[in-house]
Amino acid sequence: MNKITFTLNGQRVVVDLDPSLRLLDVLRDHFRLTGSKEGCGEGECGACSVLLDGKVVNSCCFPLANADGKSIITIEGFTKTKRYEILKDAFHIEGGSQCGICTPGMIMAAESLLSENPHPSEEEIRIGLSGNLCRCTGYNMIVKAVALASKKGEGLW
Amino acid sequence: MFDPAKSTPKVDHEEKCSGQSAYVSDIVLDDMLFAKTIRSTVAKAKILGISLPALPEGYYFVDRKDVLKENYVKMIFPDWPVFADGRVSYIGEPIMLVVGPDKIVIDRLIGQVKIDYELEIPVFDYVQSAVHKVFHKGDFAAAQARATRIIKETFETGYQEQAYIEPQGMIAYLEESDKITLVGSMQCPYYIKNAVVCTLGYDEHHVRVIQPSVGGAFGGKEEFPSTIACQLATAVVKIKKPIKMIFEREEDMLVTTKRHPSTIVLEAALDKDDHVIGIKADIGLDGGAYIGLSGVVLSRSMIAVTNAYTIPNLAVSGDVYITNTVPTGAFRGFGSPQMIFAIEMFMNHIAKDLGVDPFAFRLAHLAKQGDSTSTSGVFRDPIIMRDMIKKATEISDYHHKIAAYSKPGVTRGIGMSWFLHGCGFTGSGESTHIKAQVKLVKDEWDHVFVYIAAVDMGQGAKTALKRIVAMTLEVDNDRVSFENPDTDFVPDSGPTVASRTIMIVGGLLARAAKKMKETWMPAKRMEIIEHYRQPDYIKWDEDEMNGDAYPAYSWGVNVVEVEVSPVTYEVQLKGIWSVYDVGKAIDERMVIGQADGGVAQGVAYGYLEVMRHEQGKLRQKNLTDYVIPTAMDIPPTETIICENPFPYGPYGAKGVGELTLVGGAPAVALAIENAIGRKINKIPATPEHIMEILNHE
Amino acid sequence: MVRHIIPSSLNEALKYLSEGTFRIMAGGTDLMIQRRSSAGTPPRFEQDILYLANLSELKYIVKSNGYIHIGSMTKLADIQKSEEAPLLLRKVVSEIGGPAIRHVSTIGGNIGNASPAGDGLVALYLLDAKIVVESVEGERLIPIEEFIVGVRKIVLRPNELIKEIVVPDTKFDYVKWVKVGGRKADSISKVSFAGAYSLKDGVIEDLRLAFGSVSATVARSRALEASCKNHKIAEIKRDLPRILEECGKIISPIDDQRSNKAYRRKVAINIAEHFLKHIE
Repeated sequence: MNKITFTLNGQRVVVDLDPSLRLLDVLRDHFRLTGSKEGCGEGECGACSVLLDGKVVNSCCFPLANADGKSIITIEGFTKTKRYEILKDAFHIEGGSQCGICTPGMIMAAESLLSENPHPSEEEIRIGLSGNLCRCTGYNMIVKAVALASKKGEGLW
Repeated sequence: MFDPAKSTPKVDHEEKCSGQSAYVSDIVLDDMLFAKTIRSTVAKAKILGISLPALPEGYYFVDRKDVLKENYVKMIFPDWPVFADGRVSYIGEPIMLVVGPDKIVIDRLIGQVKIDYELEIPVFDYVQSAVHKVFHKGDFAAAQARATRIIKETFETGYQEQAYIEPQGMIAYLEESDKITLVGSMQCPYYIKNAVVCTLGYDEHHVRVIQPSVGGAFGGKEEFPSTIACQLATAVVKIKKPIKMIFEREEDMLVTTKRHPSTIVLEAALDKDDHVIGIKADIGLDGGAYIGLSGVVLSRSMIAVTNAYTIPNLAVSGDVYITNTVPTGAFRGFGSPQMIFAIEMFMNHIAKDLGVDPFAFRLAHLAKQGDSTSTSGVFRDPIIMRDMIKKATEISDYHHKIAAYSKPGVTRGIGMSWFLHGCGFTGSGESTHIKAQVKLVKDEWDHVFVYIAAVDMGQGAKTALKRIVAMTLEVDNDRVSFENPDTDFVPDSGPTVASRTIMIVGGLLARAAKKMKETWMPAKRMEIIEHYRQPDYIKWDEDEMNGDAYPAYSWGVNVVEVEVSPVTYEVQLKGIWSVYDVGKAIDERMVIGQADGGVAQGVAYGYLEVMRHEQGKLRQKNLTDYVIPTAMDIPPTETIICENPFPYGPYGAKGVGELTLVGGAPAVALAIENAIGRKINKIPATPEHIMEILNHE
Repeated sequence: MVRHIIPSSLNEALKYLSEGTFRIMAGGTDLMIQRRSSAGTPPRFEQDILYLANLSELKYIVKSNGYIHIGSMTKLADIQKSEEAPLLLRKVVSEIGGPAIRHVSTIGGNIGNASPAGDGLVALYLLDAKIVVESVEGERLIPIEEFIVGVRKIVLRPNELIKEIVVPDTKFDYVKWVKVGGRKADSISKVSFAGAYSLKDGVIEDLRLAFGSVSATVARSRALEASCKNHKIAEIKRDLPRILEECGKIISPIDDQRSNKAYRRKVAINIAEHFLKHIE
């Protein structure tokens, strides 16, 4: 069995598991990082979103092997950042979270978007979140939250 | 001093953003086993025999033979088997569980199980009525006799899948050798507890249900989780180890309950002044293979027949048809969306047939305070719909647009729906069926604890109910705690359904809090229990379906604007405007959040979400094929909440949860009609269907 | 026991391919779903797996000598952002899936998957793309319409991998992409259309039409396109019925859980008609 080496939430880890395992399962079962959720298992809903070298990806269709040599950040790692605090407060103020199952994924997608485009238009925000499904909010408050975060987070992204 | 509408931070916000919130699939117990269900692959058959492979050590089959007492799942109509007993009635019907430590082995064992079916002829048409209800108001036959015009139309609606982002799942384990505990994604802890008590034949002290975080439900987790619970409880009793069963999306989509497809025939009798003096309605709901709570869905659907209008003479009949398809069940709206689609389209179509302005025509029939309801009850409370409609037309520029868009060759359209939703359980359900209780406890440190069975599945129940208690006690929010319900500690305040949580449960909590405040003993433990009391003015005859079906009604207006492509027939939403009367918003931002989500679901029900079966096999089984809106599909949305306090609701609040979904479909369908200049009688109004309508010259 | 190989260079990958039979995994966004088993368990693969996604040697977009060369492991998101990539391909890619998919999905993986609903393929067919496949024996250059021969069928030999996509750097006067999906993002196409043209003094120099999701492979007729060449715009518009009839002959849409054949056929022709009517 290959050993897969990558950086997980800032720490170098070596994983001796089947490289074809879904990254989602490795995170949840092996590392007990359950912030990434399984909503669909087929890359549609984004509840499993993590950051791969800073960019949002669906961990449910990402093989462990492809993480080799990369940096993976899950919601757990991201919560330690100032950018998370801005996003969390923005979601709070705008009511961007209802049942919460999509929220970590939305935050990952927001971080990925803002790190590429710190001042997105509303349309760009909707595109940035287009891979994350939400059934509770109808998206409006989430979009407002990301817009607010981008304003409040001046200089952070 | 305390403004109920003021928005406060949601109590569970921190844990939801950080991913720390524990949903059932996040929970891991020592020694835990996994379970997977073996299901019928045919729509209707007798099971002649099942050949099972040899089981490795630590693996088990669990089936009907292991059920301790009752092989049915206790629910409103208890005809769902826990495990199929010699016959199957739909593709996906559970036959047995395979339980063990390794999922790979479980999958292999499932592949080795051979079931010998004797196929029978399945029924998919609406021919086998299992529930038939009728009610009358006035004398429709007489109205029909003196009518100068009769107009009749048929409407059809399809399945809708709740598509909560967290699939269903449950964990069951034994505490102290003989107490079963269940933790799972649910709306109704006591429904689950009562079902497990019944199936196992256990005493109620030996079953405990704990709610973890729930990732959306929308009715889909009202009765279905009881089935999983009974299956797992049976397995845990046999195997004596914790067992976890989490559905993946495909299984969830294929086998859990959905909104009832419907066929509704409406006939209107009009007098010489072009006024609708009578309506005859025949409602057919597809209940799938088992009745479950379809009878109550049918009731609500029938009662919604006149929607926001007053029609003096009604003959309403409805049937739940049993077919060999997945059983249908609760979904936000609960029979209303089907009926409101039909009646809204019908009223517009009648106006078109008469050559009169639909807006004025509908306005002439709009219900007023004091009018009799569809079931000959009374609209006792003020109705502010006229003002709400005016506001909706202003913010959407409706009148201007509908005139402009009605011109030929214009691909834009605008549509408006008016609707109401009866708050709480239909009829006497609250007093005869639920009998809700709430408990408030204050400790020696003057910290107050809310003990109820209400589940926060995202709608903010935790936050809103805490606020009601805090406001009434006149203390800060953080002096009140409300933990997720655990049936060992909370009384049965009823299920989290029927838009009753704020109005009924919140109402009981407000009463309890008021009592606590009035008898407050500082630094001393206090406990207050309140029981539901049916207001005296509610008179309801269940058999005749006559009287006050609901204690209160919430009202709404939706306006939707669309653009329909003449090339691809695709519908693009250009704007959604809504005005709602929910009595009083407890935390306005949360109510608007609910409204945004509700209208997105309601509108998508009307034009986007497609689920069909072919010979009992559902064609859409994942989130790729069952299309729900993304952030890019939702247009600019504006929502206004109007105040119209309900004297018997906490701070004037009425039901919120379902109102905001029930009007979306007719609003978008009317907008599409406006754009294409043709009648729509069927939803979802997909591009394929629009093309069909347009090509049907 | 399935072997998992993560080569650290292209040569190493080719060597492995010459010595054994492998299932090639690129980004995984198609394969991981097609082969998935229960949550928590590895996908079902019968062959050894060769993971190419991290081979930086296969990630590039360069223009050279009138051609655009795109490495097979180039991610869709990078194509979307690149000014070197063909405009039509960038438009198409920007509507595939959502950001998360585009950050992982590769152009080579899309081609290898050869889905009848593959949007990227429609652009590549229209752009006269050629696929460069490589093995230890050397390279082969295969036009994409000869490389994809059926639903999920490609003529890749067991010892080969897809190395590069080569597209002539053609400047069109106008390119159009129409994707008809179930919704505005993250949807599989029911019908798709790519069109491009170049004019000289009001005469068609180059006209191309390609349809996706309406046959086993992308539908394009060079004969039809040739018949339009050197005609004036007005003539093309008068000749519309014949052109559309020919378009109708090259597509064979089906009924499935997403749509039906009548809709797909009508809309495919509607889109082509709209495109042709608006040539100016």
